[in-house]
Amino acid sequence: MTVFSAMAEPGRGTDHKSRYIEAVALGLTLLLTVFLFKFYPETDKWPTEWVVPFREWVTSAFAWFATFAKPATRAIAWFITQPLALVEAMLYRGLPAWGWHPLPWTAVVAGTTILGHWIGGRRLALFSGLSCFYLAIFGLWPDAMQTLAIVIVTVPLAAALGLALGIWATRNPSVERKLNTMFDVMQATPHMAYLVPVIILFGFGQVPALLATLIFAMPPMARCTILGIRTVPSEILEAGRMSGCTPSQLLWKVELPASQQTLLLGLNQVVMQTLAMAVIASLVGASGLGQKLLFSLQQLQVGKAVEQGIAITLIAIVLDLMTQAFMHRTPPRFPEGASSLRRHRHLATFIVATMIAIIVALMVPALAVFPKEFMWSFAGPINDGVRWVSKNLFSTIKPVRDWITIWLLLPMRDFYLWLPWPVVLGVPALIGLKLGGPRLALVPVVLFGFLMLAGFWTPLIFTIYLVTACTVLCILIGVPVGIWASRSARVARVVMAICDTLQTFPSFIYLIPVIMLFQTSDLSNVIAMLFYATVPAIRYTYLGMKRVPQTVLEASTASGATRSQNLWKVELPIAFPEIMLGINQTIMFALAMVAITALIGSRDLGQEIYKALPGADTGRGLLAGLGIAFIGITADRLIGAWAKRRKAELGLM
Amino acid sequence: MNFSKLTISSALAIGLMASAPMTTMAADSADPIKIVVNNWSSQVVLSNIIGQLLQSKGLNVEYKSSDTQLQYTAMTAGDMDFQVEVWEGSQAESFDKAVKAGVIDLGSHTAVTREDWWYPTYMKEMCPGLPDWKALDACAAKLATAETGKKGRFVGPPADWGKHYSDRIQALKMNFQEVPVGQAATLWAELQAAYDRKEPVVIFNWTPNFIEAKFEGEFVEFPTYEPACLTDKKWGSNPDAVYDCGAPAKGYLKKAGSKQLGEKWPAATAMLKKVNFTNAMIASAAALVDVDGMTPEDAAKKWIATNETTWKTWVN
Repeated sequence: MTVFSAMAEPGRGTDHKSRYIEAVALGLTLLLTVFLFKFYPETDKWPTEWVVPFREWVTSAFAWFATFAKPATRAIAWFITQPLALVEAMLYRGLPAWGWHPLPWTAVVAGTTILGHWIGGRRLALFSGLSCFYLAIFGLWPDAMQTLAIVIVTVPLAAALGLALGIWATRNPSVERKLNTMFDVMQATPHMAYLVPVIILFGFGQVPALLATLIFAMPPMARCTILGIRTVPSEILEAGRMSGCTPSQLLWKVELPASQQTLLLGLNQVVMQTLAMAVIASLVGASGLGQKLLFSLQQLQVGKAVEQGIAITLIAIVLDLMTQAFMHRTPPRFPEGASSLRRHRHLATFIVATMIAIIVALMVPALAVFPKEFMWSFAGPINDGVRWVSKNLFSTIKPVRDWITIWLLLPMRDFYLWLPWPVVLGVPALIGLKLGGPRLALVPVVLFGFLMLAGFWTPLIFTIYLVTACTVLCILIGVPVGIWASRSARVARVVMAICDTLQTFPSFIYLIPVIMLFQTSDLSNVIAMLFYATVPAIRYTYLGMKRVPQTVLEASTASGATRSQNLWKVELPIAFPEIMLGINQTIMFALAMVAITALIGSRDLGQEIYKALPGADTGRGLLAGLGIAFIGITADRLIGAWAKRRKAELGLM
Repeated sequence: MNFSKLTISSALAIGLMASAPMTTMAADSADPIKIVVNNWSSQVVLSNIIGQLLQSKGLNVEYKSSDTQLQYTAMTAGDMDFQVEVWEGSQAESFDKAVKAGVIDLGSHTAVTREDWWYPTYMKEMCPGLPDWKALDACAAKLATAETGKKGRFVGPPADWGKHYSDRIQALKMNFQEVPVGQAATLWAELQAAYDRKEPVVIFNWTPNFIEAKFEGEFVEFPTYEPACLTDKKWGSNPDAVYDCGAPAKGYLKKAGSKQLGEKWPAATAMLKKVNFTNAMIASAAALVDVDGMTPEDAAKKWIATNETTWKTWVN
């Protein structure tokens, strides 16, 4: 936050002084209160006998509900199994009873290439085809098809559900309010927390994994639907009404087509979220690339895990590029009287290619199932590389690691743990009061207070500590990198490519090298979070800097501002809203990673969720998940209020 | 779309498959037996061996991956049917609970299991007197890190494996701190890194395990386990505490079945009761995957091809 306090406006000397006195007085009062609270054990640590057994209540309520609803949940599971079984039969299972084989890999590669060509032209065709070929040549075919089958079934279901909820919300403002709050909580809750209730209700395997994915991937679609329909220009709506549309015609013929671009953005997000779940879902028994990836890591085969991780990333990128290209696609125009074969040449080629592939594969087995002799692997060199790094860089990294641990992390952790509970609740409440009034002050008190009552105090403090440490480092790294990227197009390209990779590559894999270099420690957790959470800090800073109008910069340069004056007095203040949004997102991303750090070994709320999985302890998992969401919501509201104030002060609103 | 025809026929086929008669072991159901697969190699290979043997007898099998604790919830509910490796050290508690809820104990393997503190052999030079735990305790300073301060660092198992190592450290008044990991992969990453740098390290480990094939090392010898150690405070060197002893050095390795297993597949159940692996067999089966780099399916095929005399006695 140093960046922003340095931005305080000049030329308000007296104001400054009174503020300074105010701050000192506040600090002293605070210090006094802290010691006062420390004096009484009840106001220092929340007594364990005052903990309300919410966890047990939730667990037993869920257990009761699961038995009560078993016929219904099993029926839902059965219903979802049907399309899944069909897609699985097509992609990798075949129908052994009928002697039918699954689609040969050649057919899928050809089909994907043609689909890529239809949507995005030659380059997309080449990339899609090669990505598909990668799956075959690295021996990942059956696993990749299992993952793809879940994606193919989940995405339409999530899109349809999101669309329906979104439309409902636009028809009814009170529904919209409720849904918005629900989506806020749902998206801030880590995906791992969904797994426990889903196990209790739906059992194990592909279907519960699919359902957990569905719940996690649906909100962006609903949000985009609401946004899309709300932003349809009123002239278009008027035109629709004037030509006598019924409400349903207005929806299907006017509103939805007019908001097509936003809807496709929602679809794109659904695809990304679905693949983000690929690895997590394997914790409840989903087979596929995610499960094989975890197995590889368990056997210390990092190289193999990297190959499997790349496969997930490639599927995500191909689907992403395809939906993006579809958004920008201009339907081809054909001359009057073009034959229907020409109009549908892609479909025709698609059918012919698939048929040929199926028939040829019956004669040449190598074209049906990729032969083992031709498979590649770069797992060996990667394993060696990781070990080389851990062996040779350790002597350099160790002093840095120890310095940060001893001088930064441990004091910070001990300080947070030392603070009496009324202070932890009170300080954010005071900040909220100052920034946005009593309603905002209530948010941290109610949310954190609930977690304290439920007995999650220590994990809560650990989470806040890890997230604060991570956010500070992310800002220190991300903001300068974002500024650097905004100065040069070449740097920007490289940085953005790295950001893309960090966001889609399964984070589980880089946990292993991080552990090898930093051992199981708080620093490892912070670094694992850092990889993922710096991305929004970089992206939004870059975006904000790019949006500074060129004319403004020219004017300030003309009036004699130096480069550094330009940066501090002109560019950063103008980019401020974007940077704030970036920091907000950084906190959200760091919180999302909290659950993943449980796999390294931590004592935060993520660990509570992870521990709840084996025993299917719904209360523990769900409440800890909500706890993470609560931290996110509090941070979001406080930062939002602060950004609003700053914007007003800077005259940006 | 060219898929629509395939779609309709596939849907029909799925419907038919459920009712299609199959040639199976006498009176056994044609439904697939759901075999639990965990995430370590010996268990996966053994599961595949059992699966392939059952298939050769005309039964249908399906592999279901699961966590070692979740599997008992699943087996109690009848969502999974057979587990080939039940470990005394880490699963006894949940297994006993599951047996009370209807899961069937299908008997023990000859193989014995051990789970305890473990170190690589090169540490013997750094800490003379190993494997005795007192020698390790005297060596604590060499295992200290920035986070543990003056105490030795013991890389422990995931916190929910119910090991009570922190209690043991206190009961034996050791100068150590336990740092629990989140998952087994973290243990191996710690071991690999320390091993490559020849640094002192003490981790939680177990046998049989693929680690034996890749790393040289041995278990720390704590005061010998007796059941009284866990219940009677007076037992052992510390008269005021339980857990002042090591873990059992010869824990059982059992097989477990769901309640419906015996009812739906009686012949298969009879065979599964006879299944019996030794430590050497498990180690060699796991090595096919971990050392030779085979897939678990291929490793199982190879094991079946080369160990006919062993499995023939189970099948007949």
